[in-house]
Amino acid sequence: MTDVITRADPKPDLPVAPKRGSSKERWIRRAPLLPGLIFALIVTQVPFLFTLVLSTLDWNALRPGDRSFVGIDNYITVLSDSRLRSALVNTVLLTAGAVIFSMILGLLLAILLDRKFFGRSVVRTLLITPFLVMPIAAALVWKHALYNPAYGLINGIFGGSTDWVSSYPKAAVIATLVWQWTPFMMLILLAGLQSQSEEVLEAARVDGANAWQIFTRMTIPHLRQYLELGALLGSIYLVNTFDAIFSITQGGPGQATTNLPYEIYLTTFRKFEYGEASAAGVIVVILTIIVATFALRVISSLFRMEESR
Amino acid sequence: MTTLAAPARRKRKITDSVWGIVAWIAGIVFVFPVIWMVLTSFKQEQDAASNPPSWVFTPTLDQYMTVFDRNITPFLLNSLMASVFSTLLVVLLATPAAYALSLRPVEKWTDVLFFFISTKMMPAVAALLPVYLLTKNLGMLDNIWTMVILYTSMNLPLAVWMMRSFLLEVPREVLEAGEVDGAGLLTSIRKIILPIVSPGLAATALICFIFAWNEFFLAVNLTATNAGTAPIFLVGFISSEGLFLARLCAAATLVSLPVLIAGWLAQNKLVRGLSMGAVK
Repeated sequence: MTDVITRADPKPDLPVAPKRGSSKERWIRRAPLLPGLIFALIVTQVPFLFTLVLSTLDWNALRPGDRSFVGIDNYITVLSDSRLRSALVNTVLLTAGAVIFSMILGLLLAILLDRKFFGRSVVRTLLITPFLVMPIAAALVWKHALYNPAYGLINGIFGGSTDWVSSYPKAAVIATLVWQWTPFMMLILLAGLQSQSEEVLEAARVDGANAWQIFTRMTIPHLRQYLELGALLGSIYLVNTFDAIFSITQGGPGQATTNLPYEIYLTTFRKFEYGEASAAGVIVVILTIIVATFALRVISSLFRMEESR
Repeated sequence: MTTLAAPARRKRKITDSVWGIVAWIAGIVFVFPVIWMVLTSFKQEQDAASNPPSWVFTPTLDQYMTVFDRNITPFLLNSLMASVFSTLLVVLLATPAAYALSLRPVEKWTDVLFFFISTKMMPAVAALLPVYLLTKNLGMLDNIWTMVILYTSMNLPLAVWMMRSFLLEVPREVLEAGEVDGAGLLTSIRKIILPIVSPGLAATALICFIFAWNEFFLAVNLTATNAGTAPIFLVGFISSEGLFLARLCAAATLVSLPVLIAGWLAQNKLVRGLSMGAVK
């Protein structure tokens, strides 16, 4: 959907330096790559080029045959529309909320699981289970079986008759996402904790460092890359959240939980404003490229870490 | 020495088991919504909608019967087709590509690798309209093969990165020794590479399967009655039936089951797949 994002970092050493062979040899090397690369180019880049073209047209599908070139008018409409701005803010809030809370919970759980105890692998299996439930099923179950004011489990256990979804729409969506994504963060952070060298930790203990000092001075710096990776990958997935909003709040009440994917979906398939939806899509892609450039930098540093092992 | 160490060791043992209990409680709290979903799916509707929640009830399979009566089977088969075929296609495209990006790298292999991952970062919503219009014009709306192609492109970057990380584990010396002994490409693939990467191949396939099976956004916009997948059944079920909690839970349990099983089986490889091979 976009062009190659070039990285600012120096390239890691090649595992095997490609030989400067004849052009025939080079094509033999490329041959296994081509089917996958061409497939990805066609399926992901062509639609995006098409979006660019559509974004310059005044095209509402309810007025067939009436399509005219309007240049950047759609962009002006979309950028001056408060709906898009509020969708942008909601996207940031929902994504950041879900990523931060799932990260904190994931870290706590990873620390718990880093110890040896009876049935550790069973507990790990229990903990990853929320991540495996189909997202749309999870969202529907949370909405109807947990949040429902009359017979939902939350009010059933704690009493009261709070209508969670309409009183706290953002929190309701975030809680569901956090529940699903905490296992993901936990797995990444647990891998980070377990990659700490036991000998170094032991040496610190012998030198008289207490558990808190070891945690803040050694474990957290060691985990930094893993925290970054978890935050980035989590954001990549969560910024596209659609299932939970579609089924829990339908973007409401009002626009309280309408994020960019849901807003564009509404513009496309409810208002049929194809031109405006495309312009919004292009804007989202540009924003993503900005964020992704930073993301790729972090990923490539991790990638070097893996390479050097 | 021993008299000093014993209480300390006992104290450590006690703290360990206390934290163990805390971990167990956390695990049960986390999994509880799933347990509740499964429990509710075995209730009668009046038990499911009771307040306070009913913990003791006579289990029944009625809700599952109803779900099958409402014809969930074609939706499950569509999901199975879309997931299995897209996973096969992904593996067929990604494995050779990963080979050309790891063991025998092409020039500019890092750029290619980052091109793949950048396609994963792009929001699907930006491509939705053109994809919708193109498939409509090609007469491919509500067609399972459209979903196979889209899911393939959705999972391809993940699979390329993952397979590359597994292929890098093939010891170079062994490969070179094989070449010196006159092993051709096919022989070294069969005798050296495949045995080492096959667990990785299986994990890659399982993760692609999970993502394809759970996909909702493209499915809800591009499929309807013919090619509708399991998530589409779930959504349609709610709107056509009104709210029947126990029935909803039965359907939700049923559609989640394949991925739950796949994920439990692959859990040791899950983190590596989700981090695209960056975390082992």
